[in-house]
Amino acid sequence: MLEFPRWKKIWLWAITLIAIACALPSILSSTSVRWPDALPDPMVNLGLDLAGGSHILLEADPKQVAEQRLENMEESVRAVMRQASPRIRIGDVSTGNDQLGFMVESVADVDRARELLLPLVNGNGMTREWDLSVVDETRFTLEPTSDGIDNAVTDAMDSATEVVRKRIDSLGTREPTIIRQGDTRIVVQVPGLQDPEQLKALLGQTAKLEFKLVDQNALPSDVDQGIAPPGSQIFPYAAGTPFEGSSLAVRRLGGIKGDQLTNAQQGVDPQTNEAVVSITFDQQGGAKFAKLTTENVNKPFAIILDGKVLSAPNINEPILGGSAQISGSFTTDSANALAISLRSGALPVDLTVVEERTVGPDLGADSIRRGMLAMGIGSLLVIVLMVASYGRFGVYATAALALNVLMLLGIMAVFNTTLTLPGIAGFVLTIGAAVDANVLINERIREERKRGRRVVAAVENGYKEASRAIYDANITNFIAGVLLFIFGSGPIRGFAVVLIIGLFTSVFTAVVMTRMWVAGWLRRARPQELNV
Amino acid sequence: MRLLKLVPDDTNIKFLKYRAPFYVISILLIAASWALVLTKGLNYGVDFAGGQEVRLTFSELEEAPIPSLREQIGGLGFGDPVIQRFGAANQVSIRVRLPESAESTPGAATAIGNQVISTIESSYDNVVRDGNDTVSGKVAGEFREKAVLALLAAMLAISLYIWVRFEWQFGVGALFALVHDVSLTLGMFALFQMEFSLQIIAAILAIIGYSLNDTIVVYDRIRENLKKYRNMPLPELLDLSVNETLARTVMTSLTLLIALVPLLLFGPASLFGLVAAIILGIFVGTYSSVYMAAPILIWLGVNSNSFIPQETVADKQDRIARGES
Repeated sequence: MLEFPRWKKIWLWAITLIAIACALPSILSSTSVRWPDALPDPMVNLGLDLAGGSHILLEADPKQVAEQRLENMEESVRAVMRQASPRIRIGDVSTGNDQLGFMVESVADVDRARELLLPLVNGNGMTREWDLSVVDETRFTLEPTSDGIDNAVTDAMDSATEVVRKRIDSLGTREPTIIRQGDTRIVVQVPGLQDPEQLKALLGQTAKLEFKLVDQNALPSDVDQGIAPPGSQIFPYAAGTPFEGSSLAVRRLGGIKGDQLTNAQQGVDPQTNEAVVSITFDQQGGAKFAKLTTENVNKPFAIILDGKVLSAPNINEPILGGSAQISGSFTTDSANALAISLRSGALPVDLTVVEERTVGPDLGADSIRRGMLAMGIGSLLVIVLMVASYGRFGVYATAALALNVLMLLGIMAVFNTTLTLPGIAGFVLTIGAAVDANVLINERIREERKRGRRVVAAVENGYKEASRAIYDANITNFIAGVLLFIFGSGPIRGFAVVLIIGLFTSVFTAVVMTRMWVAGWLRRARPQELNV
Repeated sequence: MRLLKLVPDDTNIKFLKYRAPFYVISILLIAASWALVLTKGLNYGVDFAGGQEVRLTFSELEEAPIPSLREQIGGLGFGDPVIQRFGAANQVSIRVRLPESAESTPGAATAIGNQVISTIESSYDNVVRDGNDTVSGKVAGEFREKAVLALLAAMLAISLYIWVRFEWQFGVGALFALVHDVSLTLGMFALFQMEFSLQIIAAILAIIGYSLNDTIVVYDRIRENLKKYRNMPLPELLDLSVNETLARTVMTSLTLLIALVPLLLFGPASLFGLVAAIILGIFVGTYSSVYMAAPILIWLGVNSNSFIPQETVADKQDRIARGES
């Protein structure tokens, strides 16, 4: 047990020194000394609770994706049937029960209609996206398969993550982390942000812009009660607009979407001095917009943002230039936010903030300072107690403790883990485990001496007998740590990471390294008596 | 140099003489803890209840206007807010729980939070927002589920490992000690209505880890002594084992305490609950290793033969074949 050949010593010191070297960049970063750029610089990241910043968890409703998909399918089906030659007439279109149903007016067209639908139904992947069935000879139903919905949700979340990234980048925040989590969630972490309100406002805006024709035949009394005439939909006016509280009926189909833009800018209307957003369509979008405005001169059309009517101006003349101005009782800030959102594209699905944690950078810095102070005092007391109790062996234990802390930091840096506030508690616990290992060993050596064993045998037995309990205790804690990491969330994980890494470093330093030092001392000094 | 010895040599305290009354007390304490948890309930923080907690500094005031804040925010109609000093005298934490009706509305917590903050900022100047936690009902529900799952999984897996490494009686004993520790900690949180958050789950797991450490050290010594003293009556052997490891128990508990107490006194306010729970757990865990984990071995019928390899049928046939008796 006490034999340490040279190669083994070199190995042990090499591991120790490499781990400690990895801790240096993290330690130096809190001082004014600069780490040379040429060297790799593994860093322990500080969690948002220590560094300050915002953690925002966004969630999408998969039902909304399914609804949107159904609506798109309806438009595709109508377009395909209309463009077929000769045109296939369909009627009685319904989108209830999460499925799309319609009748083909003439039985003769059924086979042709089915032929046309197949490409829409099969999608382009390996999976079938919709179940197509025909009942009563002429009634078609299209029901989304669960694979189809899953694919759509995945696609929507992928592009939502992209949009979120663009929007956050537009704020110029440094080092944001944006990660998909689970099926329907996105985690956004932005360090050092003082006020997350702007960010939240930006992420909370779907920015789905629509232009739809106003249904002028709708009875105002019906609209007020929320009853839409056939083929129309009712939208409320947005908050802050002059007609807030009332609603408007618009034609469900035949409008255009505001997703084909090349630019969106916040500006000021020179006549009203009001904040506005100017948008520029791309070529295709511009052509559609020109067509809509040409065909409907002197009719009002509604500008709808995220299901709320911003305004419903009259089309005085065809708008052919491919650009338009949106007004809707904006402030400069909200107009700017809308411009950013439109530039980055609409979110394919609404995102809701389901968890938000923000820590001001001052509080984080204060936490670190206080945590460091407390750990300093604690360590000092532990050192005094250890040296007073075990003498030379206490000094070894203290040295092992110092190495343990440095190695733990170094390994955390290599794995690029994050130190959180609960992680600091994990740190303290690890220190406890390391101390405990040395206490066990030293108490055992005392006992072995008391039973009359000679010095070398007592030390050897002390390590051997104590190791059993030390390993058992650490393995059980390791099991607990891994389970914590698997099942835990947020702060619990931060705690588990430190615990797991700390178990390895504390056994390494408190058992292996101290044994090497003790062995070296026994060989050099050949003591006849042990003061332990 | 004379070294410090906290526990004198040859200490021999009859720990297990009063094992029955201690056991009764412990079981009563466990029952009382659960009764408290079930009747008074745990004071869930936003992590588990949903809602919003905001930490503010009133930088122009000496002291935070807690009573008027309570009135103002209570008037918003989300029930009574929990308002506590948090750090300095002009720093507060304000917690508003999510109403039960809003638990399934994903955006409800954020909406409440915005209202609380705008109410305060419109009535006081220079209010600094130090931090903010907003958790929706659904996410809080997931946190609850995951926390319970993590605790149960950890306790079971640990007991299984001890069963494999020692004997089934030891596994049961360790599990019992852990149940005792977790129950008493929960009971304490219910009794004092301290905020129960995700951090406290981390603390409970630390307690489990620590208590287990203790239990394993005692068990390891019991196993060793069972092999060594084949004829010693079990209660006496347990007492011997506990006494032999007593110096280590005291020393380790003390070092952990002196490492943790500064963290409690000078550490960041946000760690207070976590550190307090761990300190409490050190006492509970040490007690349970001596008075819960050890005596149960007597009742579960551990004896010296537990660690002697049992003769298998094949061995017996071998022995008979060799003509030995």
